[in-house]
Amino acid sequence: MKNIRNFSIIAHIDHGKSTLADRLIQATGIVSDRDFKDQILDSMDIERERGITIKSQTVNLPYKAKDGKDYQLNLIDTPGHVDFTYEVSRALKSCEGAFLLVDASQGVEAQTLANLYLALDNNLEVIPVINKIDLPSAEIEWVKGQINDDLGLDAETAILTSAKNGIGIIDVLEGAVNLLPPPKGDPDAPLRALIFDSHYDPYRGTVVHFRVFDGSIKPGDTIKFMSNDISYKVEEVGVFQIVRVPRKQLYAGEVGYLIAGIKTVGDTRCGDTITLKNRPCEKSVSGFREPTPVVFSSIYPVASDDYQELTDAIEKLKLNDASLVYEKDSSAALGFGYRCGFLGLLHLEVVQERLEREYDLSLILTAPSVQYEIVLHNGQELIIDNPALYPDPTTIAITREPFIKATIIVPERYMGSVMKLSLDRRGINKNYQYLNSSRLEMVFELPLAEVVYDFYDKLKSVTQGYGSFDYEIIGKKETDLVKLDILINGERVDALSQLVHRDNAVARGRHACAKLKEEIPRQMFKIAIQGSIGAKVVSRETISAYRKDVTAKCYGGDISRKRKLLDKQKKGKKRMKMIGQVELPQSAFLAVLKTDD
Amino acid sequence: MNGLYIHVPFCVRKCLYCNFYSVTDLGMMAPYVEALVREMDLTAALQPTGLKSVDTLYFGGGTPSVLSFNHLGRIMDRIHHLYHVADHAEITLEVNPGTLTPGALDDFKRLGINRLSLGVQSFHDTHLQMLGRIHSSDESRALIHAARKAGFNDLGLDLIYGLPGQSLEHWQDDLENALSFGPSHLSCYMLSFEPGTPLFKRMKKGTIVPLPDDKAAILFDETMAFLEKKGFIHYEISNFASSPGTQSRHNRKYWNFEPYTGFGPSAHSYTPVEQKRSWNVPNLSDYIDRLKKGHLPVEDSETLDKRQQMIEALFLGLRKMEGILISEFNRRFECDFSKMFSASLSYLSKNGLIVHDPARVYLTRKGIVLADRITSLFVDRVD
Ligand SMILES: Nc1nc2c(ncn2[C@@H]2O[C@H](COP(=O)(O)OP(=O)(O)OP(=O)(O)O)[C@@H](O)[C@H]2O)c(=O)[nH]1
Ligand code: SF4
Ligand SMILES: [Mg+2]
Repeated sequence: MKNIRNFSIIAHIDHGKSTLADRLIQATGIVSDRDFKDQILDSMDIERERGITIKSQTVNLPYKAKDGKDYQLNLIDTPGHVDFTYEVSRALKSCEGAFLLVDASQGVEAQTLANLYLALDNNLEVIPVINKIDLPSAEIEWVKGQINDDLGLDAETAILTSAKNGIGIIDVLEGAVNLLPPPKGDPDAPLRALIFDSHYDPYRGTVVHFRVFDGSIKPGDTIKFMSNDISYKVEEVGVFQIVRVPRKQLYAGEVGYLIAGIKTVGDTRCGDTITLKNRPCEKSVSGFREPTPVVFSSIYPVASDDYQELTDAIEKLKLNDASLVYEKDSSAALGFGYRCGFLGLLHLEVVQERLEREYDLSLILTAPSVQYEIVLHNGQELIIDNPALYPDPTTIAITREPFIKATIIVPERYMGSVMKLSLDRRGINKNYQYLNSSRLEMVFELPLAEVVYDFYDKLKSVTQGYGSFDYEIIGKKETDLVKLDILINGERVDALSQLVHRDNAVARGRHACAKLKEEIPRQMFKIAIQGSIGAKVVSRETISAYRKDVTAKCYGGDISRKRKLLDKQKKGKKRMKMIGQVELPQSAFLAVLKTDD
Repeated sequence: MNGLYIHVPFCVRKCLYCNFYSVTDLGMMAPYVEALVREMDLTAALQPTGLKSVDTLYFGGGTPSVLSFNHLGRIMDRIHHLYHVADHAEITLEVNPGTLTPGALDDFKRLGINRLSLGVQSFHDTHLQMLGRIHSSDESRALIHAARKAGFNDLGLDLIYGLPGQSLEHWQDDLENALSFGPSHLSCYMLSFEPGTPLFKRMKKGTIVPLPDDKAAILFDETMAFLEKKGFIHYEISNFASSPGTQSRHNRKYWNFEPYTGFGPSAHSYTPVEQKRSWNVPNLSDYIDRLKKGHLPVEDSETLDKRQQMIEALFLGLRKMEGILISEFNRRFECDFSKMFSASLSYLSKNGLIVHDPARVYLTRKGIVLADRITSLFVDRVD
């Protein structure tokens, strides 16, 4: 155990965590050059396409240190985006230390601070790393100042790296060995291990990712999950070295996986403790705080008969995404589906994409909503996050919506545009302070609903990528809410309804109608799209009917081609949903939520 | 009975809208005819007797009227040698008014051609130029007169409408001009912009602007109204006959799942017994090379499964004005048409786009301009 080090790499988004992990992986030679690719731990397609980490990934690195001894380093690369903080917080539970990266040209940003606090909460040893020192715009001394003043860490201990150019990599490895504590724990005590993640393998069942705190585990052991008392016989244990590498046994302090023929997806819970059936431990490891979803939306299969597939897919995805919260839901327009809670809009998009790609489903998501507190005249209190359940407005006495405290760090020159953006979003500026002569930290109180809509994208664009943002929920405040309905050819489509602030309702209604007009293909009759609040129509668009759609020639040489075309169109329509007589493409549901590109 | 199609892949110059396979190197004619004869020999040798009896021959293109007397004679001889051509067979040849040589029409007549399809396209020279045709409207008129004189009674005229900027008056004028010659058949094609054609590229570049859909729809509507008034039978989306007997028997085979055998590059063949469709390489040199080596020039083939057959039955059926014969459809696919498509049927008839009577389903005039859309509603129900 003395030779084990468990640590995470944490930082603000894009500061180079995954790239640094690449260099550490290469330095320890577990992957051949031929098999190597950049950001190798970002293994999901969606991560590679977007160039960001979504899942924390563990990798076990054998390392011969300068002291001549062999070490096992268990590294966890974590995501930087605020929507995936839950991934970070769970990773930190299995670590004794963390490298906190700071981009040498960007300096300390919102998630640098947020992730530092998470690490400190977990009593981790934190080593600052200044990365991207190769950049011409790197300002190492300035960053050191921030590390001292803003982070309260000793900048003298900071390791200087260029993950891109492979500078300082050995310093990081030696730092792990010399500056981080080894895990504590009793290898002879009864098994006590924490599940921090898992995923489903179609051949082997659930693969459980865990950290052993006490005792040991090996194939043949009968284990028990403490939360539900369900037992399984272990088939395989091992460590992650990009691929799964089986081991004979895993001991206290180690991080790895187990396979035990677990086919019932619901048996495994993130945060649960694993122990031995015959020799159980006394106290479970303290699990994780429950994730607090902030955005809610319903997911439906485009083809209603895919509901069972969706159910299966959501359960399996939940294994690998502990932050996903869901319950059954149904809609007049869309049939059966799930009401889901997400940690942010990016999280919502990622869940949709993963369900569609990994489980080959075609899905419709309804407009995201936050959770409102509604007090009726009769004194009854309701929590509403689903427009479908919004009560008759005449019965409502008070509505409250969640507010956040948003911390935005920007170069001073963007102060005006950030101020305008936040005020446009019903924000109140609470405070601002200079972090140094050119960087400003601004604090706003903002309605969460405004932030989930598209605030982050807008902030990025008005600050040309320099603005960083973090938030915490501070409570609920009274608000003036209305339900915006969308009618297609006079029929209300419940899945398109949104709860919006009265001041924004007309603009949102216009926006939704305009977007739908872009997305809905012309059909054989005129289509009227209306936005309405109660009985009052606030926006309207029409899609004119097809005037002509006929192929002039169809002789011997045209028939096969024409048939193939019809067949292809038919397949394309699988992504269409019939609402009354109108075919709505799946993209229409999403488009309503997006602002202009 | 079988129908033979002979694709003659030569044109004097490519028209701007055309996506048929043809080349302009007329020097390839002799090797083409050699290869064609070879293809007929090889094909016929493999065909069962059932396919040896033919009652339609169709020379299409390209421009079959560029064939010399000797070449056409050679092909006809070979056909008569290999196939049994019925006495009453319909033998059609497409003629481009820009390729007329003295005596050619008499030659055609002598070789047994009894139906001409004349590529007139328009009686307005500006339109002919816009389409990139090689002839003037006067040449078309002269051709029609000459064909009559040569004793061709069965004359079909091809017209194109829906040109950029075309007015209703222009098109009515074309139709009246055409009718003044007393044709037995009219094909009226709405201009389409086929990918890869020069016209398509010009549209993409924005140098020409297609006629808006609503205007094109009006022209189509006018075509139907006008020709029906003049006693023509509208029997397929783009085809009109002066009497029941002058409908194109050959083309109807395509729509009625009757057998046809195609010769020449890019030609398609179909045998209903095996539900097999095959097609030749769409390239003249490949075609010639393969036959020189004694290979059939077939590029690929497919055997239609029930599903594919049903899709074809739907769209071909709806393209015919007589529509889909329900009892025949039910027998062929062992299903209940009216039940299978009940939602679309009631919705489309309610909106006046189709007529659904106990015997058949067919498009109304309002539905015809939306034929493809309507078809796709039916196809959606096939699985
Ligand atoms: N110049 C330079 N660029 C770097 C360095 N390290 C990383 N980058 C670049 O910074 C970008 C982000 O790198 P990642 O490693 O994906 O960053 P990350 O922190 O893992 O990002 P998230 O996982 O999304 O939070 C990539 O384009 C890298 O190539 C460095 O040392 N120097
Ligand atoms: S003559 Fe006929 S086949 Fe030749 S290019 Fe013109 S339209 Fe096409
Ligand atoms: Mg990353």
